[in-house]
Amino acid sequence: MSQDEGRYWLDRPENVAKLYRGLWIVGVLLVLADLVVHRHAEAGFDGGFGFYGVYGFVACVALVLAAKLLRRAVMRPEDYYDR
Amino acid sequence: MIAELPAGLILVAAGLALPLLPRAARSPVAAAAPLLAFAQLLWIGPGYVLEKDAFGFTLQLVRTDRLSLAFGYIFTIAAFLNAIYAWRVREGIEPPAALVYAGTALAAVFAGDFLTLFIYWELSAVASALIVWAGGSARAYGAGMRYMAVQLGSGMLLAAGAALRYAEAGSLAFEHVGLGSPGGALLFLAFGIKCAFPLLHNWLQDAYPEASATGTVVLSAFTTKLSIYALARGFAGTEMLIWIGAAMTAFPIFYAVIENDLRRVLAYSLNNQLGFMVVGIGLGTDMGLNGAVAHAFAHILYKALLFMSMGAVLLRAGTVKGTELGGLYKSMPLTAGLCMVGAASISAFPLFSAFVSKSMVLVSAAEQGYTFIWLVLVFASAGVFHHSGIKVPFFAFFAHDSGIRCKEAPAHMLVAMALTALLCVGIGVFPGALYAILPMPVDYVPYTASHVLAQLQLLVFSGLAFSWLKRRGIYPPEMRSVNLDADWFYRRLGLRMARALAALLQRLFDAGREASRQLGEAGAALLERLHGSEGVLARTWSTGGMALWAAILLAAYLLLYYADKVDRGFIFLLILPFLIGALGLWADSRRRDDD
Repeated sequence: MSQDEGRYWLDRPENVAKLYRGLWIVGVLLVLADLVVHRHAEAGFDGGFGFYGVYGFVACVALVLAAKLLRRAVMRPEDYYDR
Repeated sequence: MIAELPAGLILVAAGLALPLLPRAARSPVAAAAPLLAFAQLLWIGPGYVLEKDAFGFTLQLVRTDRLSLAFGYIFTIAAFLNAIYAWRVREGIEPPAALVYAGTALAAVFAGDFLTLFIYWELSAVASALIVWAGGSARAYGAGMRYMAVQLGSGMLLAAGAALRYAEAGSLAFEHVGLGSPGGALLFLAFGIKCAFPLLHNWLQDAYPEASATGTVVLSAFTTKLSIYALARGFAGTEMLIWIGAAMTAFPIFYAVIENDLRRVLAYSLNNQLGFMVVGIGLGTDMGLNGAVAHAFAHILYKALLFMSMGAVLLRAGTVKGTELGGLYKSMPLTAGLCMVGAASISAFPLFSAFVSKSMVLVSAAEQGYTFIWLVLVFASAGVFHHSGIKVPFFAFFAHDSGIRCKEAPAHMLVAMALTALLCVGIGVFPGALYAILPMPVDYVPYTASHVLAQLQLLVFSGLAFSWLKRRGIYPPEMRSVNLDADWFYRRLGLRMARALAALLQRLFDAGREASRQLGEAGAALLERLHGSEGVLARTWSTGGMALWAAILLAAYLLLYYADKVDRGFIFLLILPFLIGALGLWADSRRRDDD
């Protein structure tokens, strides 16, 4: 790892931060596009402004938090079934 | 002539012949056989029937229509890609088993009756178990045994269901069945096991990740999609499937988030993708069924691509555990890029395959008024991007640099991955080609500004959620662990109960043996006391003893004789010498016994 440290663009934290900020900008632009593009509602209420962005974000955060709870219940040592 | 052969037998024949061929010819044959089978399917087209009388029935060995052909095409394509990917695997049981497995699954898809279906169903189960075992480890052996038990169990239910069905309907023809009869219910369960319905699912996550780098790719294509076909044929429009499918899309993604073995993560996401197809079948509308079939077609390709990329990582880095990987894009940039094509495809990015297939199921669910189901499916769509689209490439190729430096994947693997990636993108860019082979006429336009924007919003914000959680340190780290799932019930609880039962029986047996031993000893002791060497009834009667008894008898006789004639004192004097003699003899016999 040491000899090629810095040779890769992604190895530098400031570049990762740039990507992260860039993704937020893309996200905001996509939500703003809702003002321009008429979105055809599939299920009735999903035509609302930024519905998919909000739902996607909330769903994934909820998914990860629930999975962390699940880990408390179901996680066992790697050799659990071998014992 | 070839058209006369039952579809799939080309692959089976090639598979059986493979070990007899010179080594250099094996891989070309393994790749050519699926192409030949594909050509045969194009040649015979829909509406072809091959019947044969056997076992007192008229069996439909081959019955082609648009539904079975769609699965036939993708099965042969998958078998071809697998052969390229495994080009260097020429020894052992895996290459022939892979061809026989693909061939029997293909033949099962074209089975026109339940008896033919059952035979190929079981043969494909056995062939696929061989592929699991070819993984070679002790874990692969155990997982293969469990896999085999579950698959054969599914076959038993299929046989029983078919027999009941024959009694109910008087026919073995494999047409729409429905849940209205006991036979239908058994068939539903048989298909459900193979389709990894919730709680019946764990054989999949258990066995697939234990096969070899190439074996898992083969396994991911056929078994579950055969059951998707069978459900579409027999249970289209069964409402229960909508709920089962929705549960299947949702619950595996929680496990996928916390699973460390990246091939097991993919197995959970395979399970989740099957859910979308099952919902489509349950809806039973033209759009829902088309969506299910289209998604199965697209799914086989991108799932193969993802498993191929992880297989290449396993081959080169020696592990697919998230805890041990990271930074591999430096060593395997091509594999990383191809993996991300698979990731974009499963996540349904516009221009990638699932975008044009999965959406049909969602639209149909919304149209039929299943709003809650639709919400679950959108949640699962976000979730699949989260764990398959981001987590798998991220932890393998990016994340923190693990320091692993290895070679890029071998050329044949890269070629197979590139071809598969090309098909994934091809379907996404030219959906018309896929829509043309679907069972129902297609009335759906995937590329509308509304659909593209909605999907991009969903995906970008799912990605933002991942990045945000990761940067805030909330995202659960990869951990070396086993996560308990439904297989706990038979791998731990069932095993414990079986062991407890065995221990209980052992204790009862031991107690019974102890009781009978004690009883026997008591009996033996009694006999010993009476008849043993010291036994009263078994003493050696010496001459002295005999004289004693003779004396006693004589004395008794005299006693009786004089009893009423003479004086008692006289009798006593008369007996006295005998008594003294008897005592002496008795004492003498005791002394001699003691010696």
